[in-house]
Amino acid sequence: MAEYTIKVRRFQPESGEGPYWEQFNVDLDPSLSVLDGLLQAKDNEDGSLAVRCSCRAAICGSCGMKVNGQSTLGCKTQIGEAQEQADKMVGATGVSAAVADSPIRGEGADLGSAGNPIVIEPMGNMPVIKDLITDMESTHWTKIRRVTPWLLPHGEPPEREYIVDPESMIDITQSMACIQCGACVSSCLSMEADPGFIGPAALAKAYRFVGDPRDAETQERLHDLAEDPHGIYDCTHCFSCIDACPKGVAPMDQIMRLRRRAGEEGIEDPNSGHDHEIAFVKIIEKKGTLDESLLLQESFAPGVKGKLKPNRRAIREMIGSIPIAIRGIKTGKMRSLHKLIPGVHPKLPDQDDVKAIFKHAEEHNEEFNLYIKGEEGELAEEDVEKGIERSAEPAGQEADSGQ
Amino acid sequence: MPSHDVLVIGAGLAGQRAALAAAEEGVSVGIISKVHPVRSHSNAAQGGINAALNPGDSWESHAFDTIKGSDYLGDQDAVEVMTREAPEEILHLEHLGVTFHRNEEGKLGTRAFGGASAARTYYVADITGQAIMHVLYEQLMKYSEQIARYEEWFCSSLALDENGECCGVVTRNVADGQMELFEAKSVILCTGGNGQVWRPTTNALICTGDGIAMAYRAGAKLMDMEMIQYHPTTLAGKGFLITEGARGEGAHLLNANGERFMEKYAPNKMELASRDVVSRAEQTEINEGRGFPDGTVALDITVVPKKRVHEALREIVLVGRDFAGVDITREPIHIKPGNHYTMGGVKTDIDGRTDIPGLYSAGETACVSVHGGNRLGANSLLDTLIFGKRSGRDAAARAKRNDYTRPSKKVLEDEENLVANLMSREKGSGRRISEIKLELGQTMDGKVAVFRDEAGIQEALEIVKRLKEEAKTAYIDDHGSVFNQDLIAAIELGYMLDNAECTCVAALERKESRGAQYRTDYPERNDEEWLKHIDLERTDDGPELSYSEVTITQWEPQERTY
Repeated sequence: MAEYTIKVRRFQPESGEGPYWEQFNVDLDPSLSVLDGLLQAKDNEDGSLAVRCSCRAAICGSCGMKVNGQSTLGCKTQIGEAQEQADKMVGATGVSAAVADSPIRGEGADLGSAGNPIVIEPMGNMPVIKDLITDMESTHWTKIRRVTPWLLPHGEPPEREYIVDPESMIDITQSMACIQCGACVSSCLSMEADPGFIGPAALAKAYRFVGDPRDAETQERLHDLAEDPHGIYDCTHCFSCIDACPKGVAPMDQIMRLRRRAGEEGIEDPNSGHDHEIAFVKIIEKKGTLDESLLLQESFAPGVKGKLKPNRRAIREMIGSIPIAIRGIKTGKMRSLHKLIPGVHPKLPDQDDVKAIFKHAEEHNEEFNLYIKGEEGELAEEDVEKGIERSAEPAGQEADSGQ
Repeated sequence: MPSHDVLVIGAGLAGQRAALAAAEEGVSVGIISKVHPVRSHSNAAQGGINAALNPGDSWESHAFDTIKGSDYLGDQDAVEVMTREAPEEILHLEHLGVTFHRNEEGKLGTRAFGGASAARTYYVADITGQAIMHVLYEQLMKYSEQIARYEEWFCSSLALDENGECCGVVTRNVADGQMELFEAKSVILCTGGNGQVWRPTTNALICTGDGIAMAYRAGAKLMDMEMIQYHPTTLAGKGFLITEGARGEGAHLLNANGERFMEKYAPNKMELASRDVVSRAEQTEINEGRGFPDGTVALDITVVPKKRVHEALREIVLVGRDFAGVDITREPIHIKPGNHYTMGGVKTDIDGRTDIPGLYSAGETACVSVHGGNRLGANSLLDTLIFGKRSGRDAAARAKRNDYTRPSKKVLEDEENLVANLMSREKGSGRRISEIKLELGQTMDGKVAVFRDEAGIQEALEIVKRLKEEAKTAYIDDHGSVFNQDLIAAIELGYMLDNAECTCVAALERKESRGAQYRTDYPERNDEEWLKHIDLERTDDGPELSYSEVTITQWEPQERTY
């Protein structure tokens, strides 16, 4: 058992007052969850503390919230770890994750508590109804319904099951693992900038159908999601949703899968993102490093058999970006101007090793993709093995603990 | 007054399936759930769903396994219906889009499960319940014109007309506290089980026996309420579930001496004996001092190939890591038997009809009975879907035959008075709701669990009666209208206490050991006197007992060994 102070951002809609912070002291085993801490406060001190919760085991998706600023499930975050995180944040910045914009109430406010308070807030990108309860219907669920979230097969179903590639079922099971908790939506930076963005959860749901060989509307779905200005090209690859997702769904990976499928369908990417990705990979494959001097040209006017083949839309976009580039130079954002001169890119010692990776991938017929990870299980295993190797080497240990 | 031909209460698998089946018949349907439908506890069913779909398998074999698993208390006509209709239902789900595991040929693949004589469990990794429920919710969204969804509406009582037929429901919109009387020609209760009556439990916080209590209060009979399943593999202290699929994939159970103790209790089926048998074996090892100091035994999943674990037991890897700090691919995990499933419930026939005309029930709320004394793993999802579908169809047929009979406003006024009374109690006037819940849960887990005896059950019953009195003066902190979870918890506590009382009374009455009911004072099964169901009916003095016959079609009771 250990004592913790949880600092909860509260809002009681019938009080006529604005949001405020309230601190509760709770006493529980460090292996129990932040949700357990909240429920202890609710059970013992204030039954009006509102939080949606049900399974306590990260399967129902009810208790999405922000813990120390990070979107997650309350039941999946161990309170001991949340405490360490809170201490680290205060240690690093001198301030806790809670912004001091509202009055503070509660016992922890004047008590010398056990540590820095664990900061708990409702999810972001959604209106707050009461305390930690947000309006998921008007945001999350409306977006889910936007992607026609049901299977659209053609014709009558077969007498028995549809025969499909077993790998395709495993592939979409990753997005089937989504529990609709909204943590990714809460953390989405693109949605903060564009509330109309369909968003990570709904797009992951969309991939569940696009990747399903039984669905017959794949093309229509891809056109719909690509042509909507708030669709798949609205994502900025910030990885926040991958960090936030408690189920390993990796919504951004699913968005990248949608983009790839859209590219394969010949759908034009308004951001030239697809061309850019191809250029990126091609340069690294050829040079063993990212020679940025070639990036613009390859993205916007890829060389085909010695000739440049300008992409008119891309060039328009590039011209449109000139003011940004100028501002970048002015503010010192683009310092290494010399890197843009072809041929002066510095040689790196391991360029040949990088090329070897591409060769290996090609020989083993492996797909090379910048964003999409493998199966979580494989990765976990690799990580474990790497970890063992690393811990055997003193240099590796240093790298681990030195941060 | 909102009105629907068919009103479904609860939106887990049984409720959603019932709503879809009723809508297919062309009637207007409303589905009410106290949480958003995808939060329902059907999510937690990890392992899979049984069906004799393979050419070498047969529904008779599935039915026999189920009946033997039930310790011959299952009604064989109902079991026949369930197992015969299972293959068609699996295919229906596959056609709707469930991402079932495939074999190398791209056809549906199976895994082994406890108490089954063939590998007939179909699955989606270890998120089968979640995967099916989210696909059914996709269908609810698709058919939103035919099916009105009332998400986060709480039901507090059933309305009966002058003829004693069910004609509506009193509800509370959780979001704004508005109380409303809904009118319906048929009402289907699909509110899940009552696991929260025990603590710890694998069940979600929402599993408070609402439908069982509402039906009981309205005068419907309950059946087999003594039959409460303890799952063999739950995490100590927290009660989280480790799927039976782990043992299906080959995991071993070990005591603290490292012995594979199931050899002594079920030499043939070993870890895959039925759940009551495995739970009792574990509890015996623990009680006789061969468990670990934390009152557990070990589940060793390291014997299952790693790749297979990551592919088929993905969720369990996460549960081990996040909730026990254990990498299950590298070391055994400590587990113990824990409260898991309500075999009993509202007594229904094979079309979900209860004793009250117009009132139906399906899924864990209901007792058809297909599970009898002990449910086999991967039969619960099947139960929800088959009887959800059948009750949806029959409820729709009834609605087509009948007109609305306006429910009396009095039932709404009664509920409003009840809420006003709860709100008016002064802070400190009695105990806190949470205190009473805790005492109830610990009492039931201590005295009405894997091993029971008369003195213990009697003691539990006395405590439950005292808690019922204390609940009358218990107070709540929240006096608002918006998301008043405190008020809902107080009403749920009432449901839980009714459930507990019924379980104690039935467990006391059954003076034999059968399935999940193991009486140390009556350790043998006694077919001569007790091959019958215990039915309970509400009176002002508590539940009144009666008995009903077990339906036997072609499988005479035999001695049960695994």
